[in-house]
Amino acid sequence: MSVFLAVVRRLAIFAVSLALASVLVFAVCAALPGDIAQVILGQSATPEALAELRQRLGTDRPLAVRYLDWVGGMLTGNFGESYLTRLPVAAQIAERMAVTLWLVLFGMVLALLIAIPLGMLAAVRNRRLSGTLVSALSQVGLAVPAFWAGIMLVVLFAVRLGWLPANGYIPLLQDPGQWAAHLVLPVVSLAIVQSSVLVRYIRSAILDVLSEDYFRTARAVGWTRMRALVRHGLRNASLSVVTVLGLQLATLFVGAIVIEQVFTLPGLGQLLLAAVGQRDLVLVQGTVMVLVFVVLVINAAVDLSYLALDPRLRSDGGRRR
Amino acid sequence: MRLKSLRALVCAVVALTVLAACTSPPSSGSGQDGARQQLVVGATLEPPTLDPSASDAASIPQVFLYNVYETLLKVDSNGKMAPLLAERWQISPDRRTYTFTLQPSAVFPDGRPVTATDAVWSMQRFRRGDNVAAKSQLAVVKSAKAKDDKTLVVTLARPSNSWLFNMASTAGMVFDSKATSDFATAPAGSGPYALDRWTKGSEIVLKRNDAYWGDKATFSRVTFRYFADPNAENSSMLSGGLDIISSVQAPQAINQFSDTSRYTVIEGTTNGEVVMALNNQSKALKDRRVRQAINYAIDRKALVDTVWNGKGTLIGSMVPPTDPWYEDLSNTYPYNPAKARQLLKAAGYAGGLKLRMRVPVVPYATSSAQFVASQLNDVGVDVSIEELEFPRWLDQVFTKADYDLTIVNHVEPRDIVKYADPSYYWRYDNPRVTKLVAEADQGTQAEQIAKMKQVARILADDAAADWLFLFPNLVVTTTKVTGVPKNATTLSFDLAGIAKT
Repeated sequence: MSVFLAVVRRLAIFAVSLALASVLVFAVCAALPGDIAQVILGQSATPEALAELRQRLGTDRPLAVRYLDWVGGMLTGNFGESYLTRLPVAAQIAERMAVTLWLVLFGMVLALLIAIPLGMLAAVRNRRLSGTLVSALSQVGLAVPAFWAGIMLVVLFAVRLGWLPANGYIPLLQDPGQWAAHLVLPVVSLAIVQSSVLVRYIRSAILDVLSEDYFRTARAVGWTRMRALVRHGLRNASLSVVTVLGLQLATLFVGAIVIEQVFTLPGLGQLLLAAVGQRDLVLVQGTVMVLVFVVLVINAAVDLSYLALDPRLRSDGGRRR
Repeated sequence: MRLKSLRALVCAVVALTVLAACTSPPSSGSGQDGARQQLVVGATLEPPTLDPSASDAASIPQVFLYNVYETLLKVDSNGKMAPLLAERWQISPDRRTYTFTLQPSAVFPDGRPVTATDAVWSMQRFRRGDNVAAKSQLAVVKSAKAKDDKTLVVTLARPSNSWLFNMASTAGMVFDSKATSDFATAPAGSGPYALDRWTKGSEIVLKRNDAYWGDKATFSRVTFRYFADPNAENSSMLSGGLDIISSVQAPQAINQFSDTSRYTVIEGTTNGEVVMALNNQSKALKDRRVRQAINYAIDRKALVDTVWNGKGTLIGSMVPPTDPWYEDLSNTYPYNPAKARQLLKAAGYAGGLKLRMRVPVVPYATSSAQFVASQLNDVGVDVSIEELEFPRWLDQVFTKADYDLTIVNHVEPRDIVKYADPSYYWRYDNPRVTKLVAEADQGTQAEQIAKMKQVARILADDAAADWLFLFPNLVVTTTKVTGVPKNATTLSFDLAGIAKT
């Protein structure tokens, strides 16, 4: 019962946050200076033509009406039509989401593949050269902005060596080989920064575990350090790592926006930037809401995963110790 | 993290890496013959929609004019009218009725002949659409009728030279009137190429139209790839991903392509006048002496050398050298700061003058603004610079004329006529210019040239603006590409004539 209540409480927070976000996003877009009709009609528009177009687009209606119209549409899955291209917003977002999701997914996976063994190494060999070296390297990785890493990778692997394409995107179904080739450099640039963050968290989480009583007990009954770590330590360390993972997943979407720009990948970030620049506010609002939704889902999932990972939380109404 | 799911993730990443390792770079992907048949062009602005009647964005005709959509006639490289969909045309003695005879062999991709009805339908479509420029260019048409399948009769409300010229551009595009598709995503024209696919945010791919009635297209496939970031475009070129950079946006970067065994750099002119507009209605700038002082105070040659790597032509008025009424007026106000100070003093600004410069955030404008401000500062004009995003610039400067100085590249061909409109954001109000422009449009060709020359001279003399420089047409190609024209005289990136060895 208490688990059920915890879940309900979490979902309520989720819904309220989403509703508040929609008001905020709409208000910010409404406050942006610049008129979409003027952008569409360009530098030779007459006032009559502008007024007519505003009426056709519905941008001359009161704000409250436009907000309700927009939210109502979204609840039924209709994100409206782009002002500029007249194409459905939902379809455009879905198309771009496919690109960004690959980037974030592979970026996270690669970062974890690098960070888990290195983080464990840095913790277990804390006082030895190899551990210190890993810690130092992760500091360097943290200091490097993802876009700079991306540019350097392009200069080396695309321009100098010619091994991989410098930028662009080929859809998976069109040519799987080219699809993968175009994703390698952007994914690696994202993963460099991500893994550096994760190494540090994993290291400190495991260091905590190493000093726990149960760990010492396991060692005392004759288990090796590795066995004790894998059987008891990882599960406990994972609790704090999952929190960080959730946070990092959200920042990865932001990082992806920058990386998409460097590698001209047609993802959500590029869509968003172009839409803001062109005052295609329906598209901006829809894209931002999807991003907000994703981040809120991740946060909720992190919170709910505590329940799964830590049995103690299930017994006292979802409150942590 | 459960170990089992971790294992699955490991497998996924290993698979991705292996997949990538098996792939060779795109340049060596296809055979020699295949590569010669394909062209990849790098460009900066992606069309917002593919429907030319819905927007006057120059990025639409860049890809589609002449390549996918054809016009009745075309401006050839000498600036003369040449036949395209119209085999020949006749102009009535009062120069108000045009009779076009269409090419008998011209067909749409499905084999249906291009008829006069298609041409009439297309004109009506433009007149209903949101492309304001095309709409106003067609406003002079009183009636357009299909006399028979191959004869089109157009009657104008008054004689107009610019009408025929405009019909060779976007406003003259002929759509397939029987097309059932949505023109915003699926263009339907009679040109040598047809749309293959549009990956939004990334590229537009054209394929050869095998049913084309004229000379077959050179390439089986042409890709226009879009780059928001010029650096990304350059690295793509350097790594073999592009055959052509259609317009270099940062001339400083041109040195990266100095290896003549690999790259060819083409430098010509465009129709883009980088105008430092002076608000002719703002208090100080109403005074011709102040406008002249500003023109004397700026060393345009040094400006081009400093901010645009020396690329660009000095013009001195609103006319590019490829227009028939071009004259070199770049020396009307040679650099002379002493004279500038003198003029300012005479106008009553000996104690200094404050001006607001509001520029859009585009590279040529922001870097020119800094240079201009420092030179004006030298003669006692204090310039405060404000950078505006383009939609805000449109609203504040363009619509409301709330500015003293601004810098914008005016890319439309023959846009000098905008000085005849006092409500345009320059707020330049000169009845003589308005009259001359109208007369030039209605007169014979010789009269048109003489009167437009006069207009250009008046504007220069009057210091209606400071024409900083003519935007250069900077194109980089690999040495394999031939036939790219030096000067950009139309809005089209015309693929006819371009080949690859």
